[in-house]
Amino acid sequence: MAGETRVLFHNIDEPGLADIETYRRLGGYTAIEKAYRQMDPGDVLAELQDSGLRGRGGAGFSMGKKASFLPHGEMDKYLCCNADESEPGAFKDRELMQKNPHQLIEGIAIGALAAGANRAFVYIRGEYSEVADILERAVGQAYEAGYLGEAVLGAGHEVELVVHRGAGAYICGEETALLDSLEGKRGNPRLKPPFPAIKGLYDGPTLINNVETLSNLPQIVNRGADWFKSFGTEQSPGTKVVSVSGCVQRPGNYEVELGIPASELVHGLAGGPPPGREVKAWFPGGSSAPVLTAAELELPYTFEDLQKAGSMLGSGSIIVADDSVSIPHLALRTARFYHHESCGKCTPCREGTNWTVKMLERVIGGDATPMDLDVCASVQDNIIGNCLCVLGDSMAMPVGSMVRKFREEFEGAIAEGRAGAVLPLEEAEEWAPMKVG
Amino acid sequence: MIDEGFQDPARHLEEIEIPAPERDAAEIPELHEVDCPAELREEIEAAMGRYPDARSASIPALWAVQRRYGWCTPEGMRQASAVMGISPAHLESVASFYDLFRLEPGGRHELLVCTNISCWMQGADDLLEAFCEAAGADRERATHEGGTSADGEFFVSAFQCMGACDIAPMAAIDGRYVGPLDTEDAATAVEQIRAGSEALPEKSLSRRGAAGGPEPEPDPRVKEGI
Repeated sequence: MAGETRVLFHNIDEPGLADIETYRRLGGYTAIEKAYRQMDPGDVLAELQDSGLRGRGGAGFSMGKKASFLPHGEMDKYLCCNADESEPGAFKDRELMQKNPHQLIEGIAIGALAAGANRAFVYIRGEYSEVADILERAVGQAYEAGYLGEAVLGAGHEVELVVHRGAGAYICGEETALLDSLEGKRGNPRLKPPFPAIKGLYDGPTLINNVETLSNLPQIVNRGADWFKSFGTEQSPGTKVVSVSGCVQRPGNYEVELGIPASELVHGLAGGPPPGREVKAWFPGGSSAPVLTAAELELPYTFEDLQKAGSMLGSGSIIVADDSVSIPHLALRTARFYHHESCGKCTPCREGTNWTVKMLERVIGGDATPMDLDVCASVQDNIIGNCLCVLGDSMAMPVGSMVRKFREEFEGAIAEGRAGAVLPLEEAEEWAPMKVG
Repeated sequence: MIDEGFQDPARHLEEIEIPAPERDAAEIPELHEVDCPAELREEIEAAMGRYPDARSASIPALWAVQRRYGWCTPEGMRQASAVMGISPAHLESVASFYDLFRLEPGGRHELLVCTNISCWMQGADDLLEAFCEAAGADRERATHEGGTSADGEFFVSAFQCMGACDIAPMAAIDGRYVGPLDTEDAATAVEQIRAGSEALPEKSLSRRGAAGGPEPEPDPRVKEGI
């Protein structure tokens, strides 16, 4: 049976790992020595490119390739670590930072060297204030030890690192909104191109990577690209920390080789739904991912296989809904979140999320007609691809998939409403088949 | 707010008095015009020094204001804007964008209850109800913009995914994550806070055991990749 394969989570439960002494005792900060003292920055970048490491924040773009897009030459260049982690269902970066902050700091220093960046920021969501305290303490220790500062390890390359706390906005996980927020503004997404690699933070070249992506760098430098590629599949190399939550008996973060069957994560590691219950639907990559059915649990958990199945691996967060969960209610919960978080800049997203919530409320409240489902589907089609960022798509894709795959449940709710046998919305919500414990 | 006069067709336009704003929010106040406490000023200036462009410090400055006054008071924001040299209007636009900044007073302690998908599936709506009941806050307000308890002690609000679905259903009590909670925990937490002690210390996320949940025995399914 395939189980966990711990690389990023190696030593994760060692007491005091968040302290620099413990981290060093267990072999930490050797990769930074190697990269800064023995390697040419170009070779570090080549190693990262060769490893095939794909971004762990959602898009799955090649990390090395993205770093190579930054222009050469003497100028301020920036590396932003995206620690906003606000995708519902995702909590892996929280555990990585809380328990092993130095692994991330070492990764940032290596990433900055490879990309030629001299200024680095960790944009951490405001809700993670406990974690930000841990991270700030670790950054202080790293400065003292010479792993950050004007000349890292006396090697001439400068890396200044600032932990920047957000204040509660999902949209700031979108890379250009993150940049606006970091510049002290409202977190609105920007028009692309220009891409951040050319014109990002303070209009300078900027590399933006997720916490887990950067946490992978120390071991890639230490052990090489071939070692990294020995895990996972050809197109999805490495291990992945997967957050599993919802209707499972052991919710938590599990680090696995990409390519294991999703059922191993849901049933094997997370213990599956409570006794007597069955998986009805699951989000494979956070609440933005189109839902899949129980039959699709046999899919290999990789970027490419989930894409082929019409969904996505995204941030690597599985949310399981069992057969006690009403899909129309699940759709409404999902839509409300994106409606609340829409920044309002683009009309299809601002209005589309609003209308979707209203239509789903009608379905559940018993005021809908069968036509509403088609209108609902067409609203989703009109959001996708028509906005500056993918927040609207992030609602349209899962809600659209729920209407498509569980249409009979929506039709059932509508028919029941038309027969005059349902409760007002507030009561219907209260009666949602959700149980405690 | 629409002036009622605009809705009254009998009222002539020239009769409508548009009061001049006491202070122009677009104008940057001078430091001597605001009574900014020295510690607040130092904190904001330290934040400004951490960035290549000092304007990046607007969120840290608002955090400092909120810590000092309990919420982002208009006067506090004017003080911050004087220190930073940016307009109060800009700071207010930023404060109103982010969910964790409070633009109204109320509640010395903050109880945020996650009601997003994973927590909802584990009974978060009941938990929110229990917190409202224990603290004495209005459920309807708590579900939407957040509500303050009658005694002014608690601010209770439903909140969207806080990134702790492994401890669903969960809450953040004054920024500290606790879970998984049942409905009885709400009353216990409120009692403990009223008594001045730490709320639900045994359910604190920071004390949660191993990654992937508590596993007392060495787990044969875990393979070290290094």
